[in-house]
Amino acid sequence: MTHHRPSTLPRVALILFILGIGLASVIYSPASPARAQEPTPSDDQVNVVAKQLYCPVCENVPLDVCPTQACAQWRQTIREKLTAGWSEQEIKNYFVEQYGARVLAAPPARGLSLLVYLLPPLAFVVGAYIVYRAVRTWRRAARPMASQPPAAEDDYTRRIEDELQRRE
Amino acid sequence: MLANLGFAVLVITLLVSIYGIAAALYGARTRREAWVLSARQAMLLTWPLVTLSALCLVALLVTNHFEVEFVYSVTSRSMPGYLKATALWGGQAGSLLFWSWLMAAFASAAGLRRWDRDREFLPWVVVVALVTLAFFLSLIILFENPFARLWAAPAGETVKAMFAPSGAVLVTPGDGQGLNPLLRHPGMIIHPPMLYLGFVSFVIPYAFGMAALITRRTDDRWIRVTRRWTLVAWLFLSMGLVLGGRWAYDVLGWGGYWGWDPVEIAAFMPWLTGTAFLHSVMIQEKRGMLKHWNMVLVILTYCLVIFGTFLTRSGVLSSVHAFAQSAIGPAFFGFIGLSFAASLALLLSRWNDLRGENQLTSLLSRESLFLLNNLLFVSILVACFWGVIFPLISELFTGQKVTVGPPFYQSTTGPMFAGLLLLMGIAPLAAWGRTAGRSLGRLIIWPLGASLLVPLGLGLSGTHNPAALLGFWLAAFVTSVTLSEFWRGALARRRINKEALPVALWNLAGRNRRRYGGYIIHLGVVLMAIGIIGSEFYQQETQGTLAEGQQITLGKYVMTYDSLAEFNAPDDRLVARAVTTVYRDGQKVAELYPRRDYYYTSQQPMTIPGVYSSLEGDFYVLLVGWEPIGSSGATFKIYLNPLINFLWSGSLVFILGTLVAAWPDRDRTRAAARVPASALVSQSK
Repeated sequence: MTHHRPSTLPRVALILFILGIGLASVIYSPASPARAQEPTPSDDQVNVVAKQLYCPVCENVPLDVCPTQACAQWRQTIREKLTAGWSEQEIKNYFVEQYGARVLAAPPARGLSLLVYLLPPLAFVVGAYIVYRAVRTWRRAARPMASQPPAAEDDYTRRIEDELQRRE
Repeated sequence: MLANLGFAVLVITLLVSIYGIAAALYGARTRREAWVLSARQAMLLTWPLVTLSALCLVALLVTNHFEVEFVYSVTSRSMPGYLKATALWGGQAGSLLFWSWLMAAFASAAGLRRWDRDREFLPWVVVVALVTLAFFLSLIILFENPFARLWAAPAGETVKAMFAPSGAVLVTPGDGQGLNPLLRHPGMIIHPPMLYLGFVSFVIPYAFGMAALITRRTDDRWIRVTRRWTLVAWLFLSMGLVLGGRWAYDVLGWGGYWGWDPVEIAAFMPWLTGTAFLHSVMIQEKRGMLKHWNMVLVILTYCLVIFGTFLTRSGVLSSVHAFAQSAIGPAFFGFIGLSFAASLALLLSRWNDLRGENQLTSLLSRESLFLLNNLLFVSILVACFWGVIFPLISELFTGQKVTVGPPFYQSTTGPMFAGLLLLMGIAPLAAWGRTAGRSLGRLIIWPLGASLLVPLGLGLSGTHNPAALLGFWLAAFVTSVTLSEFWRGALARRRINKEALPVALWNLAGRNRRRYGGYIIHLGVVLMAIGIIGSEFYQQETQGTLAEGQQITLGKYVMTYDSLAEFNAPDDRLVARAVTTVYRDGQKVAELYPRRDYYYTSQQPMTIPGVYSSLEGDFYVLLVGWEPIGSSGATFKIYLNPLINFLWSGSLVFILGTLVAAWPDRDRTRAAARVPASALVSQSK
């Protein structure tokens, strides 16, 4: 395969060159009027991002469905950023920088906010442990009795107890 | 005049309640029956009194007395009469009065029951019910008086006060501000009363629980007395939640029914503990165990009921600072803290009296599965509670507000809900006390096998989302187990009583209403789960701007935009209403009219969807925007919500099941003589 090597190098160089141009054009192009000729992002593309954001005024209404003027403005901003080639994450970061973490549907798992995600599973595990301990103590206490009544009689007494409880 | 009367009656009711509390305490302490009876009379009197006060407010609302600030803030001349009357619960002050009215009604109803077998509870039930009522009445009288009027002070500013400040004259505005447009919907007219009914009726089981603790009567009497109260409370709360979801779906215009909004969660939390309670009391009744735990659950439920009202009524949700500004927040906070601490202290002081009569003999028993069920419900509660209060904690400690929204709740509670469904499939087959693994296996094998066909079939037909497949399997599993339980019971009845199968089925449910009512509830939950899984995992949406005559496609549906009209409606709003036609597979199926209402006075837009419903799902279209001039183009947002109608129809099955479970037994002797169906089954083997 060695005889191929001379021909691959230029090809790689060409690809790198094209990529470089592309990258440079992305980096250096301002949101110029020329870009407006490209197809603007569809409403659905805007909504994919907007769905994950909440404006600080309309509490608990996701941005993609919020009918207020302010939120329409935000959607417009998302559209502009998308047109400028920003990624979803970059746009979200932009809004967080501007308005704080509250614009996100759930807080980032950092610092104090880490607690949001840690506490519920922790509570479940602790609860499960408590239940386990309780069941174990009960069973230990019950073990001496367990050998006493054979199953059939157990059924019978339970039914009688049932009846008695019903009559009170 | 009417305002004065309403207010005076409220003050009298508060005094009557305080007298009732004092008389009950004195009577219980000195064992003087007459005082206890007098306290009961006081409790019975509160209902007609609060009724009179509430009627005064309704009369003011209906007759446009805008000099009363509350009337001014929630009604206007253009509103129809029924909306003016129901505006009673359209604002803070009125809804607190409505709450008190329901509380008085339930307290009186409890007072009217036959007390012959549990007389010792009476004074303490009176105390708990009247303390709760007195708390709400003092909130109204001191902080949120719906009868307060508007006055022009000599300096020129308008003030709100019950009685004329010196030198001030009464102000009567020409028209009111009108009800919040979001609340002008049939769903919103019945949703708050249902929720409040659910909230308030949970006070009664709590009152009996506390009475049992105080009197050291620690058998399951309090649970038997309040079983039906609890079921009814739970039914109302469930209906309130479902109606709230339906209202959101119809009015809020975001394509969904549940947004994990703190206000929704506030109502959901007592439902969680209430549901856990409904299950765990069965362990106490059957096995005499978990007495402490049931007390904890009823205390939690009561506190969450007050907490729920507090969350929605104090403004704490928008900011901790809003909370500090109104006096009502700290008052609520203090009351919740006090009642929680006092109840827990009481429980601890009676800890040893509540020792269980039985022990858990096996891990594989119905009671241990119920324990797991309780663990899951409480864990969901913890997640919900934490999600609601975390933004406040964050604001308090870091000054930064955060949103804890749907992604958090979905990821934390989703697996727990799945766990609950699984338990719902296994627990009905496990026996009390102990279940042999082999007999459980024998019962479970057929339903399990049948249920596996569902995900298999779905997988073959192109459904690959593992979470959805798991969800559908669980739904199928619970359904097949529940139906097999009906089947086994009916077969046993047919064999023993020689009944025809339909008769046997009917009698089976009729003779053991609680158990089979519960199974019907489970079936309702399964239907609702199918609706939730379908709409959560398979919702599709698109948005597009169309010129007249153009069309947009989503799934099997095509919608054309025909026309749009803007006009003023008589009740002070500008309506923009689009006409669209929906085609499914080329066939015209519906003409829909999504619209946007703009209320001038409140400057509030409302997005009302156009919906085409079928069993398969909803085609749900919103009018998002339009060109005001020439109405040439309009933007629509469309959702396909698959299977969502299972959610609504499931809730009807759910209600039916609860009614079956709560229906009173007509014939007590026959009920006492019956043999449980489980025993019939084991007998017949």
